Amino acid sequence: MLNFDHVSKRYADGGDALLDVSFHLRPGEIAFLTGHSGAGKSTLLKLIAVMERCSRGQVLLDGQNLNKAKDRHIPYIRRKLGLIFQDYKLLQDRTVFDNVALPLVIAGVGHQEICRRVRAAIDKVDLLGKENKYPQALSGGEQQRVGIARAVVNRPPLILADEPTGNLDPELSAEIMHLFEAFQQVGVTVLIATHDIALVERMGHRVLKLDHGRLVES
Amino acid sequence: MDRLHAYCAIHAHAFFSSLGRLLRTPFTTVMTVVVLALAIALAAGFYLLVANVQQLTAGIQNSNQISLFLKDSVSDDSGAQLAEKIKKYPTVEQVNVITKQQALAEFRQYSGFGEALDALEKNPLPTVLQVLPVSSLTDAGQLEQLVTSLDKLSAVDFAQMDMQWVKRLQSIMALAQRGVTLLSIILGSAVLFITGNTIRLELHNRRDEVVIAKLVGATDSFIQRPFLYTGFWLGFGSGVAAWLLVTVMMLILHQPMQRLSDLYGGIFDVRYLGFGETSMLWFISAVLGVCGSWIVLKYQLQQLKPE
Repeated sequence: MLNFDHVSKRYADGGDALLDVSFHLRPGEIAFLTGHSGAGKSTLLKLIAVMERCSRGQVLLDGQNLNKAKDRHIPYIRRKLGLIFQDYKLLQDRTVFDNVALPLVIAGVGHQEICRRVRAAIDKVDLLGKENKYPQALSGGEQQRVGIARAVVNRPPLILADEPTGNLDPELSAEIMHLFEAFQQVGVTVLIATHDIALVERMGHRVLKLDHGRLVES
Repeated sequence: MDRLHAYCAIHAHAFFSSLGRLLRTPFTTVMTVVVLALAIALAAGFYLLVANVQQLTAGIQNSNQISLFLKDSVSDDSGAQLAEKIKKYPTVEQVNVITKQQALAEFRQYSGFGEALDALEKNPLPTVLQVLPVSSLTDAGQLEQLVTSLDKLSAVDFAQMDMQWVKRLQSIMALAQRGVTLLSIILGSAVLFITGNTIRLELHNRRDEVVIAKLVGATDSFIQRPFLYTGFWLGFGSGVAAWLLVTVMMLILHQPMQRLSDLYGGIFDVRYLGFGETSMLWFISAVLGVCGSWIVLKYQLQQLKPE
């Protein structure tokens, strides 16, 4: 599904964010990406979402070399990913329904299909009845679940989450993590960046640990 | 089929949502539209003014008739002899003699100075020969040559082409027309840049939205669409406002212009922007709005990267 092959990333200012990172994620696998802040977790996720390009090595998503992807192909690569952010990145002036529908609208899905799939996604994150609320009227945990519904509505094969529980208390965090496990059980590959070691250990899934840009545990 | 339907729905949504967005910020929108409308109205108003004045020259038949004013000492008889002589010129078609008496009678009839003329001891008007060149003689240089050669005749006080003023007016109008074109280009570019800048600000305000759309897989054309429609609405709205402005201006000027025209024997009718001209004005304004937005989006969207 996802293959990192001796990947290094050096920023223009000379700092090395990733050094010779290699790992492989099988379809339907769930993994945590851990490490201190600045260890390169975000950079690694950005390489997968083609927000950055690696300096050496190659990143393969579903067999496609992301380093060689043309700019105009990037939107189509991102449609294969479900991105989840620490700050949720919701549109504050749109309802929950419209936020979740955004990837489908962008992909040019028909109106009826949008209604059906958005409702299913909202149901999955247990927010039915709140479709017409605006994000500001929701709690942090609920907003993050809206973000998750938006990430899965297009049924992407790979979900990337960057500190998804960073702003949530332990109870809510566990709830969110169980949601990810539920997606994994239906065959979705999930990669979660987090520094919540206690949570990671409790879940007992595969851990990729970064230290100063190097992969020290996989 | 469903895809096509979805595509049309996206367009329709962008079309109306961009209008709705503009209407939700009425103050900003009105400010922008007024500035754009003033620029467009300036060009359209100048165009209409020239079009109105142009009727002055369009109605007049183009004639190359030359008037020869003979010296006071030349009698009607020798005037008639001279007319015969000039008639033999290969370049001359016809010569009419207006004797001193005829001229006086005509003047008395049209000028209204009849009584003043009675007070004069003798007829102050000269004999006039109206020379009509052959119709094949249209070249300005050759005409000028004929006028000069006639002017040199000893009996002639001075020769003048009757329609010279028309020709002068015509060249002034040609100049004014070019002025309209230049002004339109300058003001058109102003419209282009003003909409461009407005869209740039709008893009800046909606930065988060653009970034999020990019992250969930939006193509540039998807992101551009609502902004292009915003440009369309701004341009089109300004075109309509400019048309309103010009028409109101013409309504205010209608009466004095009509009075002026009546004084000159109804030489022109007050003209407004016609259907074709109005549609063209709205079309061009809308196109300028879209182009202004497009130029900015082309450069700014590439710089707007997530993170």
